[in-house]
Amino acid sequence: MKSRKDLKRERRTPGQKSLAIKKQLPLLSMMIPGAVLVFMFSYMPIFGIILAFKKINLRQGILGSPWCGLNNFSYLFKSNDLWIMLRNTIGYNLLFIVLNVILGVALAIALSLMRQKLASKTYQTIFVMPHFLSMIIISYIVLAFLNMENGFVNKIILPLFGKPAINWYVDEKPWPFILVFVYYWKEIGFGCIIYLASIAGIDTQLYEAAAIDGATVRQQIFNITLPMLRTIIAIQVTLAIGTILGGDFGLFYQVPMDSGALSDVTTTIPVYVYKNIANGGASSLGAASATAFIQSVVGCILVIATNLAVSKIDSDSALF
Amino acid sequence: MKAGKKANIVLHIIFILMTIACLFPLLLVLSISLSSSKSIMDYGYSIIPKEFSLEAYKYILSTPITIVRAYGVTIFNTVVGTALSTLIIGLFSYPLSRPDFKFKSVFTYYILITMLFSGGTVSWYIVCSNVFHLSNTIWAMILPYLMNAWFVIIMRTFFKTNVPYSIIESGQLDGANEYIIFFKLVLPISLPGIATIALFQALIYWNDWWLPIMFIVKPELYNLQFLLQRMMQNIQQINENAKYMSSASDQLMNIPSDGARMALCIIAMGPILFVYPFFQKYFIQGLTVGSVKG
Repeated sequence: MKSRKDLKRERRTPGQKSLAIKKQLPLLSMMIPGAVLVFMFSYMPIFGIILAFKKINLRQGILGSPWCGLNNFSYLFKSNDLWIMLRNTIGYNLLFIVLNVILGVALAIALSLMRQKLASKTYQTIFVMPHFLSMIIISYIVLAFLNMENGFVNKIILPLFGKPAINWYVDEKPWPFILVFVYYWKEIGFGCIIYLASIAGIDTQLYEAAAIDGATVRQQIFNITLPMLRTIIAIQVTLAIGTILGGDFGLFYQVPMDSGALSDVTTTIPVYVYKNIANGGASSLGAASATAFIQSVVGCILVIATNLAVSKIDSDSALF
Repeated sequence: MKAGKKANIVLHIIFILMTIACLFPLLLVLSISLSSSKSIMDYGYSIIPKEFSLEAYKYILSTPITIVRAYGVTIFNTVVGTALSTLIIGLFSYPLSRPDFKFKSVFTYYILITMLFSGGTVSWYIVCSNVFHLSNTIWAMILPYLMNAWFVIIMRTFFKTNVPYSIIESGQLDGANEYIIFFKLVLPISLPGIATIALFQALIYWNDWWLPIMFIVKPELYNLQFLLQRMMQNIQQINENAKYMSSASDQLMNIPSDGARMALCIIAMGPILFVYPFFQKYFIQGLTVGSVKG
């Protein structure tokens, strides 16, 4: 067995010897603006995570605020909010992770099966389009359908079935379905692109050989396409699991128009954190920073753990 | 592998239904914006304008200066933000792609750590507002998005696979310094990668409402998306509490007709939907390059 160092040395070809330190300086100087920005907007907030253990006072800033031990956490755990938002966040995100793979792969395979290439491209262009609309725009589109007085559903669709109008932004029951539907209306086309590209990269000889052996299209999908997509699926899932305590703030805040009556089914962690920041009081900021702390730590652990699990099962599919 | 003839027809039917589902909501918004306010009052929203009228657009273009200004803010943020971030990301990721760069792995980890671990929204907000004093400045809507770890990885991979090392070597032999090599030799053959990053960033800046929601209070700094968001919030408050209407001092928030609001929506999404099909291949390229491990 060769050690990693040996392999590295072998890989390096003669022309690629490291430059002398002095010659590295111009390259290093190129990285200064980017490195400074990353430090400002990523590393400083990472140091700022100590805020979770402080009684936040906006005037005194991060370093000046007094320590308060685990007070923020006990405040958070005592409130009822934590369990509701954990249920919502994890529930929606688990559903999204599973459906993203199933629907994304299914749509990608279906698009790749089209006999007419141009038609397939055109459909793809149309399906991807909603991804590029902001959540604000989406919330207006949803409003066009669900508006109480003039909305398309209340004015046109419900009367067709002889049903009375519904005050959509007050009734929480349909919202889990509405939110999931809106999410897939927006993201399904974009989500399938990555699988579509992987399918395009599969060697066509595999299919030709299988066809000669008499394999049906269905057999080819299950025995060639899906196994070949294994790596990309594993990577997508690993990345998604890292954000299981996060998710799309706009979907849960803008689309239901921040309606208080719906908060039981729309309060996810990002929504809770934002509302507490907007509130601005010391205890709400404390609760928000404790939540954010849990979110960051758990997210990081989950990615590493998932990656470890994936690499145990199939080392090629691991992210790092 | 292709579907059989029958299956192909089934696929077409499914996809045509999906196409309708995709386009119908957009057409509904367009139709509302083109309906007269009287017909909206009488018949509600409909997919074909009952009474065609351009009054909503006329209203938007004529009265409140705030809308024009919000458009200006959005365009400024998009142009400046995209140009700066493309340059900074390009400059940062190029050395990472150079096999002879000593600090390659140090800086790769430097950027990877930020993808794995973040400080969370609260400390990010307090750092931006208390340490950098970004609240109510135009830079609050530009600086935080300038660097993006994901795009750095995409660009590094792009440079690595598309720029032959021999080109860089030939530049070194001719005595060119690193900046000349980058701008004169490397950039011209990396334009597709640069375009991908620029397009993604332009979209992020154009569609952004998150930074204004966090940092902007002054109405003259509202961008288009944030203006739409504030209008929406106002409608909601008016719906929930009729008393609020009289106290809403800011007249721009009370854009009267539904049509005008939807027209503003069309104006905000129009440029994207118009431009996007031409650049689709860059978006797809960016996604697929980024997914390559390494």
